[in-house]
Amino acid sequence: MRILAATFAVFAISAPVLTQAEEVTTFQLDNGMDVVVVEDHRAPVVVHMLWYRTGSADEPVGSSGVAHYLEHLLFKATDTVKSGEFQRVVAENGGSDNAFTSYDYTGYFQRIAADRLPLMMQYEADRMNNLVLTEDDIATERGVILEERNQRTENSPNALAREQMRAAQFLNHRYGVPIIGWKHEMETLDMDDALSFYELYYSPNNAILVVAGDVDPEEVFVLAQEYYGPIPMEPNLPERFRTQEPPQTAERRLIFQDPRVAQPYLTRSYLAPERDTSAQEDAAALTYLADLLGGSPFTSALGIALQFETNTAVYAGAYYDGLNLDDGTFGFTIIPSEGVGLQEAEDAMDAAITNFLEAGIDPERMKALRTQLKAGEIYARDNVGGLARRYGAALTSGLTVQDVQAWPDILQRVTAEDVLKVAERVLNRNQSVTGWIIPSREVFQ
Amino acid sequence: MIRLSLILAFLLSAVSARAQMEIQEVTSQGGISAWLVQEESIPFVAIEIVIDGGASLEDSAKRGVTNLMMALLEEGSGDLGAREFQEAREGIAASFGFNAYDDSISISAVFLTENRDEAMALLRDALIKPRFDTAAIERVRAQVLSIIRSDAQDPNSIASATFDAAAFGDHPYGTSIDGSAKTVAALTQDDLFEAHGNVLVQSRVYVGAAGDISAQDLGVLIDDLLGDLPMDGPAFPSRVDFGLGGGTTIVPFETPQSVALFGHAGIKRDDDDFFAAFLLNEILGGRGVQSRLMREVREKRGLTYGVSSYLVPKTLSEVYLGSVASSNGTIGEAISVIRDEWALMAKEGVSAVELNQAKTYLTGAYPLRFDGNAKIAGILASMQWTGLTSEYIINRNDFVNAVTLDDINRVAAELLDPDGLHFVVVGQPEGLEVSD
Repeated sequence: MRILAATFAVFAISAPVLTQAEEVTTFQLDNGMDVVVVEDHRAPVVVHMLWYRTGSADEPVGSSGVAHYLEHLLFKATDTVKSGEFQRVVAENGGSDNAFTSYDYTGYFQRIAADRLPLMMQYEADRMNNLVLTEDDIATERGVILEERNQRTENSPNALAREQMRAAQFLNHRYGVPIIGWKHEMETLDMDDALSFYELYYSPNNAILVVAGDVDPEEVFVLAQEYYGPIPMEPNLPERFRTQEPPQTAERRLIFQDPRVAQPYLTRSYLAPERDTSAQEDAAALTYLADLLGGSPFTSALGIALQFETNTAVYAGAYYDGLNLDDGTFGFTIIPSEGVGLQEAEDAMDAAITNFLEAGIDPERMKALRTQLKAGEIYARDNVGGLARRYGAALTSGLTVQDVQAWPDILQRVTAEDVLKVAERVLNRNQSVTGWIIPSREVFQ
Repeated sequence: MIRLSLILAFLLSAVSARAQMEIQEVTSQGGISAWLVQEESIPFVAIEIVIDGGASLEDSAKRGVTNLMMALLEEGSGDLGAREFQEAREGIAASFGFNAYDDSISISAVFLTENRDEAMALLRDALIKPRFDTAAIERVRAQVLSIIRSDAQDPNSIASATFDAAAFGDHPYGTSIDGSAKTVAALTQDDLFEAHGNVLVQSRVYVGAAGDISAQDLGVLIDDLLGDLPMDGPAFPSRVDFGLGGGTTIVPFETPQSVALFGHAGIKRDDDDFFAAFLLNEILGGRGVQSRLMREVREKRGLTYGVSSYLVPKTLSEVYLGSVASSNGTIGEAISVIRDEWALMAKEGVSAVELNQAKTYLTGAYPLRFDGNAKIAGILASMQWTGLTSEYIINRNDFVNAVTLDDINRVAAELLDPDGLHFVVVGQPEGLEVSD
């Protein structure tokens, strides 16, 4: 247990020492910026990550893709820094850097020798407020993101199918719009779209700084105060409000046809509760459910039923996506064996799910999963960058540091009854979307 | 009793990300050597085993057998069937990886200290006593055939297959290690046992380990794990020259973005000029957005999300490769910019500033590689496989810094061959001419 020195009160009048478990320290600057420090002193390396509580689901209607577009543009010039200079400086110091955009967050990070932390803060703080874009940047980088969409999505029938699946799953929530944006809206993104988004959301009171590695929390606090402290808070930062899903009352089905599909497969998604602050129990049970139904091909219910006891599928998997600000999804993907039709495979999948719910859960399987989750925590300590991401993603998705630290114990306490209860609620065909992905209608003949 | 010979034990505090990374060279009583970085702060161990040889050792009629054999090692061994083996593995939260490559295979293991004996007993059976049960063969064969079907419809895989076939013909490098639908369909249980005996052999083993284990315990462990493997394997195939001349090949495929794989002959890993070539590539197309290719094709013109180039020194041949993707309407322009950059660098070389920037980056980034037990174990095993000594970690940045502007620009003129550059383009490129 580390108690932060009283000197902090000098720096931060409104900076309560929020929490402290293991080697994590948190505080808040006067301008509202949250700081999380994860210590790992095995190597003289630091990961410096700045997360904004803004992602594609916060974009204005008609400007899909602007969060990600802006993420690209943040590598251009500022008042005092040349375009690309920050990346060049990172590289010249032997570091690596990148950025990422999701539905609920946008993040920037550098991994570098620990003594270069002040330099990273200097540049990262600078581009929070001082970006200077040219019309040339706007046009060129729009070309780049359109090529990125081509590469990730247009050239991949699987990605195009996933996009349609999510659009069908989310009728009213922005999670139905792809992070990279719809192509026709990306083509219209301009300087105003980028700058209005930037000016509103790139603010200290909308940001979380995560510093992980060989650092002293007190020094991080002093540095954060020096570099990020002077940036004024954004008074007009809106409350995070997204239009929510209405209750889903009808099963949705779609057929996605593309000649580039090498083999037909099916996928099903259900709306599912996400991890909520102080209420992560359902999400923990769903984590088990995904593993029990379709985690390991050798020991999961679907794997055994479709790949071992019968020769129905070459792949059968389940997933649960529960780390979001709003609703998550739970789902399955089945690639039928050659000669097995999609309807036959879907019926076999549904029969296996029904059997699982009726048969009850083998206590040995629950025990094995508990063991694996517990071991996973030990393995996770080897990757401090991964721990940093864990905190950043949680804190931008409405969770707290306490929630992150409580999660492993909540997972350990999940019972078979919890899993079955949440399964009954979530695995309801009336709140699902089923997609068949096929090369042509000839597969039905 | 094991005979420990700690030939080396140096402190690398100045270089390594691990503040005091000490590499211990261990030789077991059975004569198997391993490199170890002992790090006890987290109670788990990562082990990486690389075995020289790989899919290049297989007969062309049995293409894909090494890949299928490696995929089946986790599908039942000793007294355990596939599901029983996996239940036992999951029950102790260990993870194993079995991979096949052109010139090697690799076996990775990560396990908690408290489960070391159980984990190693399981892995030992997987390596020494695989069952290759018929049901497992058929199930995994169907998975491999599914991957082969998917690759036949994937632009990047089509580009690789086309490029490799044109560059290497009948040599094993000319085809995918997955095999073809035809060769994989014909593989038998006997073929798998034969491939197992050929590929998993003691005399070609390289072991790296990192984490919570002592040198003494590691020595015992590797004898148990690998001591019963056969000693020797079959001879390696002969070297093959890169057989593709300059030009452009188009493989028509209906998709909005064309992908291109390009390259010409490369340079050997043990060539005296390898570090100069490595730095040269770093500046041309290696260093993400900092490279000349990224600057010209992406940053200035917005023609791509990514373009890169990389040296591929294989055991039996050397290639210098690159890749780019751009819309069908703009791929022609992207290719023409790449050709121009290739020619410009061949003719004028790099500047002193560029060389210096690349050196600073590479020397600064090197120690940051050594983070995490699995990564360290992997680096230790592949260094041995590459024929490097453990002092290499200390000297490597000196090798980088020793490259002079004269060296790199001489190598630029020798290595870069703008006329020899061949592009394989998959898509519907507009205004691009096919040529040989």
